[in-house]
Amino acid sequence: MDVEGDDSALPEDSGRRRKVHGMLKLYYGLNEEGKSNEQPQALDPCDINGPHFDPEIYMNKLRRECTLAELMDQETCMVKQIRSLDSDMQTLVYENYNKFISATDTIRKMKNDFKKMEDEMDCLSANMEAITDFSARISGTLQDQHTQITKLSGVHTLLRKLQFLFELPARLNKCLELQAYSQAVSSHRRARCVLQQYSHLPSFRGIQDDCHAIMDKLAQELRQKFRDGGTSAKDLSECVELLLQLDEPAEELCDKFLSHARSRLESDLQGLEAEIRPHSSSSRRESSFHRSSLTAAAAASPNENISNLTSLPSPTSNADILEFIDRGCNEFVSSLCLVITSYQELFIVHAQSDELASKNITQMANAKLHAFVDDLAACYFSLVERRIQEEKSVGDNSLLVRALDRFHRRLQAVAKLLPGSSVPHHGTEIVIRAATERVKQYLSALQSFYMDSLTDVRQALATPRLSVAGGASHLGGAGSGRDAPTSLPELLSSLSASILNQIKSVLASVHLFTAKDITFSNKPYFKGEFCSQGVRESLVVSFIKFICQSSRQFCESAGDKGGSTPPILLLLLSRLCLDYETSTISYILTLTDEQFLVQHHTPVTPVTALCAEAREAAQKLLNHYVKVQGLIISQMLRKSVETRDWVNTIEPRNVRAVMKRVVEDATSIDVQVGLLYEEGVRKAHSSDSSKRTFSVYSSSRQQAARYAASYTPSAPLDTNLLSNIHKLFSERIDIFSSVEFNKVSVMTGIIKISLKTFLECVRLRTFGRYGLQQIQVDCHYLQMYLWRFVSDENLVHFLLDEIVGSSAHRCLDPAPMEQSVIEVICERG
Amino acid sequence: MEDDAPVIYGLEFQARALTAQTAETDAIRFLVGTQSLKFENQIHVIEFDDENNIINKNVLLHQAGEIWHIGASPADKAVLTTCYNKSESHCLYLFFFFLILLSRASFPTASDSRVVSCAAVWRMPCDLETESHESPDDSAHNPQALELLCHLDDSTYGNAACVLWEPMGDGKRVISLADNHALLWDLQESFTQAKVSSTATLEGKGQLKFTSGKWSPHHNSSQFATANETAIRAWDLRTMSQIYCIENAHGQLVRDLDFNPNRQYYLASCGDDCKVKFWDVRNVQEPVKTLEDHSHWVWSVRYNHSHDQLVLTASSDSRLILSNMVSISSEPFGHLVDDDELSEGEDNHQEEKNKEPLKDSVVSTYEEHEDSVYAAEWSSADPWLFASLSYDGRLVINRVPRALKYRILL
Repeated sequence: MDVEGDDSALPEDSGRRRKVHGMLKLYYGLNEEGKSNEQPQALDPCDINGPHFDPEIYMNKLRRECTLAELMDQETCMVKQIRSLDSDMQTLVYENYNKFISATDTIRKMKNDFKKMEDEMDCLSANMEAITDFSARISGTLQDQHTQITKLSGVHTLLRKLQFLFELPARLNKCLELQAYSQAVSSHRRARCVLQQYSHLPSFRGIQDDCHAIMDKLAQELRQKFRDGGTSAKDLSECVELLLQLDEPAEELCDKFLSHARSRLESDLQGLEAEIRPHSSSSRRESSFHRSSLTAAAAASPNENISNLTSLPSPTSNADILEFIDRGCNEFVSSLCLVITSYQELFIVHAQSDELASKNITQMANAKLHAFVDDLAACYFSLVERRIQEEKSVGDNSLLVRALDRFHRRLQAVAKLLPGSSVPHHGTEIVIRAATERVKQYLSALQSFYMDSLTDVRQALATPRLSVAGGASHLGGAGSGRDAPTSLPELLSSLSASILNQIKSVLASVHLFTAKDITFSNKPYFKGEFCSQGVRESLVVSFIKFICQSSRQFCESAGDKGGSTPPILLLLLSRLCLDYETSTISYILTLTDEQFLVQHHTPVTPVTALCAEAREAAQKLLNHYVKVQGLIISQMLRKSVETRDWVNTIEPRNVRAVMKRVVEDATSIDVQVGLLYEEGVRKAHSSDSSKRTFSVYSSSRQQAARYAASYTPSAPLDTNLLSNIHKLFSERIDIFSSVEFNKVSVMTGIIKISLKTFLECVRLRTFGRYGLQQIQVDCHYLQMYLWRFVSDENLVHFLLDEIVGSSAHRCLDPAPMEQSVIEVICERG
Repeated sequence: MEDDAPVIYGLEFQARALTAQTAETDAIRFLVGTQSLKFENQIHVIEFDDENNIINKNVLLHQAGEIWHIGASPADKAVLTTCYNKSESHCLYLFFFFLILLSRASFPTASDSRVVSCAAVWRMPCDLETESHESPDDSAHNPQALELLCHLDDSTYGNAACVLWEPMGDGKRVISLADNHALLWDLQESFTQAKVSSTATLEGKGQLKFTSGKWSPHHNSSQFATANETAIRAWDLRTMSQIYCIENAHGQLVRDLDFNPNRQYYLASCGDDCKVKFWDVRNVQEPVKTLEDHSHWVWSVRYNHSHDQLVLTASSDSRLILSNMVSISSEPFGHLVDDDELSEGEDNHQEEKNKEPLKDSVVSTYEEHEDSVYAAEWSSADPWLFASLSYDGRLVINRVPRALKYRILL
């Protein structure tokens, strides 16, 4: 097993290759390191290919194991293999022989070539030796000159530097004279290190001192220039750059730069402020003076040429808001932007590129800038807000919107320059505030418009009344007041149309805030909240609510103070509110929703709620109208009953004038209401309504008869029985009850109130015979004329029956008049 | 909790005058005066038996004339005043007097007559036999008559509208309102003599007439208030001069007023504008509260004597309304009970109640009447009971709903 130790260094290979190699190695007598699992195979003496093949054992094994046929086969196979192996070996030997031959040839040839080469190499080395020799000789001769030249050139540069140094003070001086500061600074910078290094030498020291003096002067001059207000921004930034290079402390420079910028911006702001209040002439003069000084300053700087146009003192006392904002943008915002850019270039970008500058400076500078911008912007915003607040006239909204738009747009520039700044945010807030303020103003304008138009209506109602009162004296007093002008429906329609137009124009004005070309219109506030809360709720809905509210106030205030509102106005407003309920409100709200594409994120007042409110107001107004008119008639009736001595009155010959007045008034109210409200349904009335006799006449006659009868305990019970039974079957009458929206219902209400008053007054009096008869006549007259106004004539009958019955009760000598006589009297008028 | 049904009593005549028998604090008793031009007028003394829910009545004759106003003495339960109308033709000397006074040129015939309003003090017979309402036949036997103590002879001043007793006084002083005069009377010699001790006159243009009045129980009974047309005026009895005036208290005529028994500056009024208003007399520009629950003139307003949040109003819409005006009452947070009196369970209840303050509300609307209700009164004996009278002579006795009663008490 010597093989094993031999080839232990051979790398292991994959199985198959190893096998092939193994066989070759076997052939060449080599052996690789055998693995333990290969050992039995390798050691197997029966393996014909193995290294330890033992023919004897193999043969024995074959003979022992195989049959004859197998042996025969084995034998032929073996012979065949041996033969093929032999032929293979022959080919191999032959091929290898050829190769060997050619190799021998090549080697021989190489031998010849090498010999030749060796000769040439010998030649070459000889030549090289000669070259080296020569070169050594040359360098030996040139050595001296070379060192001399090197020294000379060194001296030359040194001299030049020295010359520069010596000339430096003069040069600096000259630069100073020529104001070529940057050149001076760069020269000084170059020399500074050298001077610093050789400052121990007295001559250099002198130069350094000179330079220092000059540079100090220069710095002084730069600072002076910096401090000087007149320099342009570009100059200024140059100054700052130079000063920075001169190792001025950055913080101080920042401060100085900003304070300088501040003074200029503040002068802009002052100009704006002066424009805000040019109320008194003195202040205007002052402001114009200020402005002219400003224009002079502005003209000096090239970038503010435009401002000249706007900053000219305007001929009008107060420049409009667009001009103001324009001026603010052009002067203040643009210079602010300029300041920001130059500042950033100087202190922030510069500092960043400069590796020496620590990060602290950048941060410090940034913080300073932010504080500065915020501070100034706050001043600016307060001015703008003050100006916006002055914008009270609601005539042209587009001006304000454009101004706000410009304001907002220009602030975007600041936002781009200063990404972290809160300025644009505040700007948007101002715009939002201005918008909401404007909506409020529109609301109040609408309200005052509404009240104005009501006053107009009042006047329109009052004027024809005067003419009627002048012309037609037969009515006189309040009667003419209730005479409806023929133009009542026209008044109503013109009132509602003008209100609607006003709302539309206001909506159109407000709509400008959300126009597409306005920069702030795509802010979420203007997309959502402004439309729904601002316009819809606090403008439109509030206005409608205001109408209802003010209508209700008419009812309340007029109730106690004796009807300061003319009743006809109540009627008109009631109809207006009803129209709103039926159509106008939904129309207005649909219009609003369409125009503003309101997306209701927050809950909004539904149309139905508003309609209900309007209907309630209409109802209240109409009820109040009925009440007021009823009370006017009641008052007449009450006075007429209370002031008369009913016991000692003369036999009735006429219907009392009051009754005629009552009928006249009722007729004119009927006409008035008929102009605005539909007829309404009434129960079918009998053809002979006016001819009908009072049932209570008979009953009162019976009562009278019974009164005459002797006192029995049961009798008084019977007297009331009839009317009690009557009441039992008739419905309870609500006197001041709610009325429906039609003429008949309104008239019924008024007549009910009047007659009930009549009844109550009659009950408080005592009547003589003729008193009762007068009441009979009066009631018959009322009966003749009033039935046509009411929905249910039985109501009138019932109440009149009650009146006559009650007066019969209250009569000392109840002797009723003959029905025929009553009719004659009534027909006579 | 079922509420007791109202008790209804019918009079034979029309009636407007109703009062509680103020001096009586044990039995629930009301006095009703009738109005009839033809027959003897009556005063019905109506006693309500709370336990058995029955009415006992006594009819007394009031022969002087139809009764427009009635007032019971707060000191002597047998004494009362009435304002009544009488036809002048029967009293010739007065008629003659009027003839001169009014200086009419001529009165055509003897049948021509005048009606004047007078006031008088009466005493009820002391041996009233109570009779049951259920047996109307008993009324057949002759009713007793009132004993006239004295006339409050104010005919020189005008027609009497009402007579006010001094509240909580000794029953010796009354005020009568006659046209535009207010007269303070001293009743002497056990009511048999009446002397005018001072007068106040309302001056102004037109025919001024007091419609009603009320003697304030506060300020040592030194003030009273009157209503004329749309104004309410208060007077100081000592000087007989006006203290304050609520002009245009109502849009129309003021019909009645009442003082809050517990809050001295609070006053309720009602009138023809269908409203009931509550006033703080220290600021008379605006009412503290206004109710508009009635649909016709409100004729009477009454505070409950002990729980002033309960207000009763009677109206010619034939309705009676009981309102709970907690917010302006003397007990705005309910009845205050000392902590000691409370057991723990009640304590919780109390807290619970305090958390939700009661709201002003209409407690109940009573629709038992079929004609105009002109008068409503609380009982002087039972603070939870009240009576109302309508023109057709129907008297209805009602109680405060139990739920509310317990809520106020507990």
